[in-house]
Amino acid sequence: MSTDVTAEGGHGAIPTGPEVPVAPKPAATRRDWPLYEVFVRGKRGLNHVHVGSLHAPDDEMAVHAARDVYTRRNEGVSIWVVKAADITASSPDEKDPMFAPSGDKVYRHPTFYEIPEDVPHM
Amino acid sequence: MSAPTLDRPTDEAALQQRFDATIAADRRIEPRDWMPDGYRKTLVRQIAQHAHSEIIGMQPEGDWLLAAPSLRRKAILLAKVQDEAGHGMYLYSAAETLGADRADLTDKLIEQKQKYSSIFNYPTLTYADVGVIGWLVDGAAICNQVPLCRSSYGPYARAMIRICKEESFHQRQGYELLMTMMGGTEEQRAMVQDAVDRWWWPSLMMFGPPDDDSPNSAQSMAWGIKRHSNDELRQRYVDMSVPQAQFLGVTLPDPDLHWDEETGHWRFGPIDWAEFKQVVSGNGPANAERIRRRRAARDDNAWVTEAATAYARKHAGAVTEGAA
Amino acid sequence: MPHEETVYDALDHAHGGEGHWAFGTGFDEPLAGVDTTVPDGVDPADLGAYCLMLGDDALVLAQRLTQWITAAPELEEEVAIGNTALDLLGQARLLLARAGSVGVLGRSRETATASIPDEDALAYFRDADEFRSTGLVAAQNGDFGQTVVRLLVASTVRLAVFARLRESRDPVLAAIAAKGVNELAYHRDHAARWVLRLGDGTEESHRRAQAGADAVWPLLADVLTATDVERRLVAAGVAVDPADVREEVHDVLTTVLERATLRVPAWPADTPPRGRAGEHGPELAALLETLQGLARRHPAATW
Ligand SMILES: [Fe+2]
Ligand SMILES: [Fe+2]
Repeated sequence: MSTDVTAEGGHGAIPTGPEVPVAPKPAATRRDWPLYEVFVRGKRGLNHVHVGSLHAPDDEMAVHAARDVYTRRNEGVSIWVVKAADITASSPDEKDPMFAPSGDKVYRHPTFYEIPEDVPHM
Repeated sequence: MSAPTLDRPTDEAALQQRFDATIAADRRIEPRDWMPDGYRKTLVRQIAQHAHSEIIGMQPEGDWLLAAPSLRRKAILLAKVQDEAGHGMYLYSAAETLGADRADLTDKLIEQKQKYSSIFNYPTLTYADVGVIGWLVDGAAICNQVPLCRSSYGPYARAMIRICKEESFHQRQGYELLMTMMGGTEEQRAMVQDAVDRWWWPSLMMFGPPDDDSPNSAQSMAWGIKRHSNDELRQRYVDMSVPQAQFLGVTLPDPDLHWDEETGHWRFGPIDWAEFKQVVSGNGPANAERIRRRRAARDDNAWVTEAATAYARKHAGAVTEGAA
Repeated sequence: MPHEETVYDALDHAHGGEGHWAFGTGFDEPLAGVDTTVPDGVDPADLGAYCLMLGDDALVLAQRLTQWITAAPELEEEVAIGNTALDLLGQARLLLARAGSVGVLGRSRETATASIPDEDALAYFRDADEFRSTGLVAAQNGDFGQTVVRLLVASTVRLAVFARLRESRDPVLAAIAAKGVNELAYHRDHAARWVLRLGDGTEESHRRAQAGADAVWPLLADVLTATDVERRLVAAGVAVDPADVREEVHDVLTTVLERATLRVPAWPADTPPRGRAGEHGPELAALLETLQGLARRHPAATW
């Protein structure tokens, strides 16, 4: 290879070279603040929608950081934060029937409902 | 569907099949889905590099924050640099859904075991560089990133949608600054041209090596985590940028640049990769400085992170009582 | 005053919306559309001087906070500091523009050409002796502990002043204060949350936070004493007497420090105003050199 760069990721031109694979770390070894998931109600009448996550030392700091990062100080929106570790989730691959496509019940799918263009996509 | 009596290998094959079918149908893979190891590793590397680039990318422009020549420009630049911190956060979050850990990724960046985009090792010599970075570097990033909004990995695609929305402002503020400077003094116009001369070729190099020299691309294309070839995106970027340069009144430093009536594209001269490598390696000090600053942010403030953790532990009970 | 979601919105509105991404070269005057008539019985020179005091405090503190960008603990805090600096920068722009609108430009116009708006003439083309900021905001950041203690003290004083300033007879000042109160309440809250965590965190963070408080407290000495300008404007119903906020400031700071298990340092004895009178230490001159250097090298340029 003549160039020694790749175009991976948004800014491209990243040098190639020895890489250390990233292995998932057990939570107990983290010296980092815990991970919180952030949900924002963009405006009245809408559901809280998952917008991303952040790290914070505690709930109070998490909700303030969420405001700073995900709403850039826009007043009047409602924010939920929850520790990622406290979320219980089903797994589509393990509990197949729950997620089997129900092609006959088209009304179950969000795309069945036409949403006007000006609803913000979060 | 049969009960899970199948033994392990067949199980894996079925999972692989389902993964392949999801990709083939152009649907998204989500965090808890089974995915091949190679897919996970490639994504973690790509997303981490992208996140590192956002964070390190704050520095070249950040160098002008304290010296921005008007209060309005200072506010715009500060908001822009702050956005890049946000982008880094969104992307580290996406990597964390794959089992990576932000602190661990940051360590790897600081230990230089993971990379960031070389473009951020170029120095910003004048304030026109702030404008040209917005116009050309963020512009090239947008070309690279818009297709990533359709990445097969859901969290990455969603982070990219958010980022792309903000990037368009970055490009606008840069172009607006350049237009203002072009309408200013002779000295300012010269500054803009000089910055364009320095950044044009590096911005073309952001799209990576030519397609016939890009061995990993095929697999990434098949996995739906790369959507267009390097050369395709580079051409799109040139076609967008040339009219913008003309409107601005600057000359792009490429004597071979010409309009090709037949294909409807702007044709550009050969990219001097040797020069790029030389500039990048010649900028060892810039690289060292970028990493030094990131390391200082981590190490000098470790006591703050620890203090907040200690406080949270002490007051965990009290908070629960208060909330009850 | 409409709340701007991001500074880009101003950019967007100034150039007619999303239609064309290549904006024109228009400049958005911060006080465009606001009635800037000086109320009866108020000396414009006093009003302008007062706006400089409040504006310079915001500008200098914004510059100090900006020094943390790419150096802050955790990315979340970097974004929070950026927001605070942006708010203060916004306040500074409005206040400096107000000073310019009543003709208070000092010697700045001797070098700044006509292409430079008032807010920038004042920010970039005044020497240190024409600045009216206090030593509280000009002091070096120190470590993160000292930084958040200073932010706590500065935003507590400023919030108390702005809350009263909402009743000012000058409609522009009243509007600037009304917008600023929400921002400052957030800054104070953010700083207080950090002081709690550092004071009551680890042994090291407690020691550093205490050292920060000990370093910052003496800077209050001339902050709560009124200048002659302020006294005249208080009489005219335009300004707030800083002595009037003393009790509130002491109460808030004492509460936060005690909850943070920190010792409240001795309150300094009042001294005559120094920063407000244009007397500054070398740290302000150094800060201004960085802030102003580029703009001064190109006095005829437009940005
Ligand atoms: Fe970005
Ligand atoms: Fe950007």
